[in-house]
Amino acid sequence: MAPSLCAICATNRALILRPKDHSKLCKPCFVSVFETEIHHTITTNALFHRGEVIAIGASGGKDSTVLASVLKTLNERYDYGVELILLSIDEGIKGYRDDSLETVKRNALQYEMPLTILGYDELYGWTMDQVVEQVGKKGNCTYCGVFRRQALDRGAARLGVKHVVTGHNADDVAETVLMNLLRGDLPRLSRTTSIVTSTPSAVSSDPNSHTNIKRSKPLKYAYEKEIVLYAHHKNLDYFSTECIYSPEAFRGSARALIKNLERVRPSAILDVVRSGEDMAKLVPGSDEGCGGVCASAVAAAEEGEGGCGSSNGRTAGGEMASMEMHLAQNDLAAENGLEVEITSVPAKKGKKNKGQPPAPRKTTKQVMGQCKKCGYLSSQDVCKACVLLEGLNKNRPKHEIGVVDEAQEDSTSGVQGVTNGINKVNIQVD
Amino acid sequence: MATDDTIPITVEFSGGLELLFANQRKLTLSIPTYNENRTRSNIAFLVQHLCDNLMKDPRKDMFVLDGTVRPGILVLINEADWELEGEEKYEIQKGDNILFVSTLHGG
Ligand SMILES: [Zn+2]
Ligand SMILES: [Zn+2]
Repeated sequence: MAPSLCAICATNRALILRPKDHSKLCKPCFVSVFETEIHHTITTNALFHRGEVIAIGASGGKDSTVLASVLKTLNERYDYGVELILLSIDEGIKGYRDDSLETVKRNALQYEMPLTILGYDELYGWTMDQVVEQVGKKGNCTYCGVFRRQALDRGAARLGVKHVVTGHNADDVAETVLMNLLRGDLPRLSRTTSIVTSTPSAVSSDPNSHTNIKRSKPLKYAYEKEIVLYAHHKNLDYFSTECIYSPEAFRGSARALIKNLERVRPSAILDVVRSGEDMAKLVPGSDEGCGGVCASAVAAAEEGEGGCGSSNGRTAGGEMASMEMHLAQNDLAAENGLEVEITSVPAKKGKKNKGQPPAPRKTTKQVMGQCKKCGYLSSQDVCKACVLLEGLNKNRPKHEIGVVDEAQEDSTSGVQGVTNGINKVNIQVD
Repeated sequence: MATDDTIPITVEFSGGLELLFANQRKLTLSIPTYNENRTRSNIAFLVQHLCDNLMKDPRKDMFVLDGTVRPGILVLINEADWELEGEEKYEIQKGDNILFVSTLHGG
């Protein structure tokens, strides 16, 4: 095949075939177009405002490394006037994060950004190693996943930072759209397609409360393929680890489907993302019901977003940890059972009636409130993390208690009910 | 030594794919110029060759799926996307650099 010339400069040899529009670009033009598109995503969605401190959820992986590099470039080029810092989460699994945290430390020097590494022990009073010691190998995946979802928000709150950006890309969003579509969960689909999420009420007496943390995804429209190519052509220093391709079976299947579709019709990924956004507008009571025109089109943060081993973890830090443990357990079925049961605690009655046809689903929005214990956004009285912590702390030797104050408060009857649910679950798992 | 019967090339793995090849990021090797069907060796042949002779990891399907490079793995031929070069049918030339990059691995 004769080499083609770049569609933009018409001078250099084309090296990149863009999945979104099949355009052929040379290396410098690709780098410039990629950066410009992210700049557009940031400005059209008004993601940043001058003077803001923004924490980049950094795992050392490709997505967060590219995000850090591009944001630094754009902040300087377009004078956003934002202060960028790196925030990494260490799940506390001996030896596990060593390489990725070393990468993040190098990134901090390369991009001249201050780095904070916070451990699960600091955030929750428990390292994952300690959790495993207490609950065993079975089911610890659930803990890791639930803790990880809140870790960046809790970490940011500690630093007094009100905005966290994550490296979720178009492939991640498309995967989540498909999963929620296949589950018939339109309310969640509506929340997870949103480029910005934050607590709707945002009323907390504590200014450092993590209920006020805004989350955004500047790479939401960027193809994973282009992120990897950008990292390659810019020679970025990132860490990849033995990610097994199917994290949890369902998400893995959605992932494979996306990648297979891309091979046949590359535009499919962005098409799924757009379809997700359009469907979100149709969901009654959706935050995007105004058609995205309304300035306050900010969806509620999604506590349940992503499962164990979700792509979220890959950028937010922790997928691999849960993944490895996941794999270490042969009894996947039992462990998945635990995840399902905890998720379905409030809906138990409906699910147990095997003889009756399922009630028609309502596509009304879930009522999202705040966790009574920690204030985190939750559809339950007490969020999943606090429920799990409650269970853990109850069984911990007395003198060690006290690291996580909020979980030590008197149990309300609601908490008791949920905790009983957990006990039941444990029996089922064993 | 490379003769007309073989083609010297460089093969690289990154993005986590190196983990499937005993952590080797760069290989220099020679492949036969013509394969058993008397046709020029192309990318499809190289992939099969790597799978059969160099990949010790038993998880072959993480590299090759349904007889082709697994979707989600990028192939760059001398830095150019293989889709610009004819994909599997690209006939390998002397001194070519073939890079396989996984987009599927996490960080
Ligand atoms: Zn160009
Ligand atoms: Zn809570």
